[in-house]
Amino acid sequence: MSAGREILAPLRRYPSALAGLALILALVVIALYTLVAIPYPKALELWRGGEAWQMSPVNARPVWTAWLAGEDLPGTRVVRSSDAPSEQQDFDGVRRLRIPLEFDYRHTAFPSELNLFLSAPQGARDAFVRLTWETPDGRYIPLGGHQVSGEERISLSQDWSLEQRLGRVPHVGLLAEPGDPSAPAVVQPGRYRLLLDAILFDVDANPGATLAADLVVYGRVAGLAGTDHRRRDLMVALLWGTPVALAFGLLAAVGTTLTTLVIAAAGVWFGGWLDALIQRLTEVNMILPLLPILVMVGTLYSTSIWVMLGVVIALGIFSAGIKMYRAMLLPIREAPYIEAARAYGASDARIILRYMIPRILPVLIPTFVTLIPSFVFLEASLALLGLGDPLLPTWGKILNDAQAQSALYNGYYYWVLEPAALLMLTGLGFAMLGFALDRVFNPRLRNL
Amino acid sequence: MSGSKADLTAGRRWPLRDLQRLALFMTRRVVALFFTVLVGVYLTIFFANMGGRVDELRLVQIRSTVAEQVRADSAFRDLASDERNALIEQRVGLEVERLRLDEPFIWRSLDYLNQAMRLDLGRAEQMHSDQGAREVYRIIAERLPATLLLFGTANLLVFFSSVWIALVLSRHYGSLWDRVVIALAPTSAAPGWYYGIFLILIFAFLIPILPAGGMVRVPPPEGTWAYAASLLRHMVLPVAAMFISSIFMAIYSWRTFFLIHSSEDYVEMARAKGLPPRLIERRYILRPTLSPIVTSFALMLIGLWGGAIILEKVFNWPGLGTLLFQAIGYRDTPVIIGSVVIFAYLLALTVLLLDILYAVLDPRVRLDKGGR
Repeated sequence: MSAGREILAPLRRYPSALAGLALILALVVIALYTLVAIPYPKALELWRGGEAWQMSPVNARPVWTAWLAGEDLPGTRVVRSSDAPSEQQDFDGVRRLRIPLEFDYRHTAFPSELNLFLSAPQGARDAFVRLTWETPDGRYIPLGGHQVSGEERISLSQDWSLEQRLGRVPHVGLLAEPGDPSAPAVVQPGRYRLLLDAILFDVDANPGATLAADLVVYGRVAGLAGTDHRRRDLMVALLWGTPVALAFGLLAAVGTTLTTLVIAAAGVWFGGWLDALIQRLTEVNMILPLLPILVMVGTLYSTSIWVMLGVVIALGIFSAGIKMYRAMLLPIREAPYIEAARAYGASDARIILRYMIPRILPVLIPTFVTLIPSFVFLEASLALLGLGDPLLPTWGKILNDAQAQSALYNGYYYWVLEPAALLMLTGLGFAMLGFALDRVFNPRLRNL
Repeated sequence: MSGSKADLTAGRRWPLRDLQRLALFMTRRVVALFFTVLVGVYLTIFFANMGGRVDELRLVQIRSTVAEQVRADSAFRDLASDERNALIEQRVGLEVERLRLDEPFIWRSLDYLNQAMRLDLGRAEQMHSDQGAREVYRIIAERLPATLLLFGTANLLVFFSSVWIALVLSRHYGSLWDRVVIALAPTSAAPGWYYGIFLILIFAFLIPILPAGGMVRVPPPEGTWAYAASLLRHMVLPVAAMFISSIFMAIYSWRTFFLIHSSEDYVEMARAKGLPPRLIERRYILRPTLSPIVTSFALMLIGLWGGAIILEKVFNWPGLGTLLFQAIGYRDTPVIIGSVVIFAYLLALTVLLLDILYAVLDPRVRLDKGGR
């Protein structure tokens, strides 16, 4: 505790160190919150995508970007048949249903998509539904009939014949003021209604049979983080990226620094052929290119983040740092207190681990802290190359998706900026703390 | 001081002896580096073969070549399909024996090593060079100049401007600019590709004045000058990305380094003598610190080779990094292994360059009987 205070007290003189510490603490809090709020299996399932996200829009911007730009962009709205006043008539085993799905639309921007999710009982004959669209000014636009059995999705936006009739994409044409299709579309504000005329057959066998319908008016903004091309909420990946990045950075930094240190100390202590061997291995390691080897491992074996971590540590064991540590440890080897330890019969391991390493540890703490963000960025780099963890959502994988979908070209800036900002905050947090620690531990720099 | 002077005069009197020692030193280093590369490449081959992937690759390759040969040969055209298959099997067996694929891996790994060291990197499975060659060596050789151009430019720019700015700052340390640079140093935690994304966003999409990627306009402009101009325009953003990501850290470390050295006693002495500050900088600060400066330059080069891959991918620069990325996409193992070998060679070359410069700059290195 007193040692901790000894380090913290001088840090108070450096505002950048405090800012860095605050950033790191904030990231740790986010990471802990994420682990509790979205447990690991749930995160994997959410990120796998599919059914869970069918009600959310594709590539919707975060809500706050609309506020910042002062634009009036719609959010996603779901109109459910369970809330609608439906009428029902039975005759001769046939049931007729009239379900009006109504909603108010008063935004200036159009929705991004229109989908209708239907759920009808599965029987010998499929249910039949006829759709009519009613605009605020009283126009009726027939949307055709559909046979429904079980769960079905009617994608109004992809109805090509409807698009031909309207002269515009359906989710624009259905909500626009009538007029010349070549002119820019303007939203007709007011109350819209989608009328479902459904006929269910064989209701005698199944008296409770009914038709459930959800009209989804997809928005252009969604949540605090927006969504990606597979409708997934980016927040899941942004949140889960935090513990993954911190764990990867920290474990890789600890793993490489500690192993390198122990090996350097052993080389210095035992000297002779061991030292020579370690030196040569360091030179070999120096010409082994880390990233291409990681790429090779990712391609040939597995892209699991833990395998990558293992390789990073394995290749980091004989890193160039050994030369530096050796230079620091050589004079320590001859120090009188080591001689004293030898005199009382301390074992080699004890001298290396308890007497030599702790002596240079403080000097290494700043290097260690500044090493963490480089590994965080390494993970992102691998993901950007398409070698991200196959299951876990990470910041790098968001960037990779964004790149693959040409996010910048298509104007989805949030998609790139959000993970990039988090990466930068992580990098800055550790780097600012590391720089300040460097000045605390290396007094020669303090006066500069 | 007096010692180095004696060495210098000795060097002048017998330049031949000096050169001889330099040559001896160089030979030793080249031999040492050769063995280093040997071990490094062997390790790479060993890692890559761990799952038997390389063997599988070669078997597939042999089978396809043999099948093609048999099919193309008009002498076998009239054979029934099962007879032809038997023939293919027999020939594959012969080829496997010829290439010793039935022997234990340990023996063959030495064979692979021999091939890799001679840059005989085999044939690609899917990829081919722009001229249509399937040899991995040709595919890589075609991409290498692009990488060297981009990274050479960026590195030299970063190196010279950082050393120069650091010298200026160390003269006025504590000034506003000095503090700005120190405050900006942590931004170097992010690699070049990271800034590249932002540069593309700003200068290619928000204010579209520069191309977002690629190396020259499509189609390539006619004439050398137009080509060079287009190349230059395409180089601005990636070079700027690398520059931004490493410049502040480089200035910071050089500045600290120069400050420590400018408080040495002999510098104080020179100042007390009233020597002009530029002379002090050149002769008393820069000259003795030259070898560490070169070391760090080479280390920076080594570090940047790694960053190259992703920066090239982000900027769609047709160099080694993009090649490696495409190879991942195709799962083209020979190309991936070949790239690793080439990267190892590049790193070794960098180390060698460092050694040469070291020996030239630091008389102690070459006069100390060529050892270290």
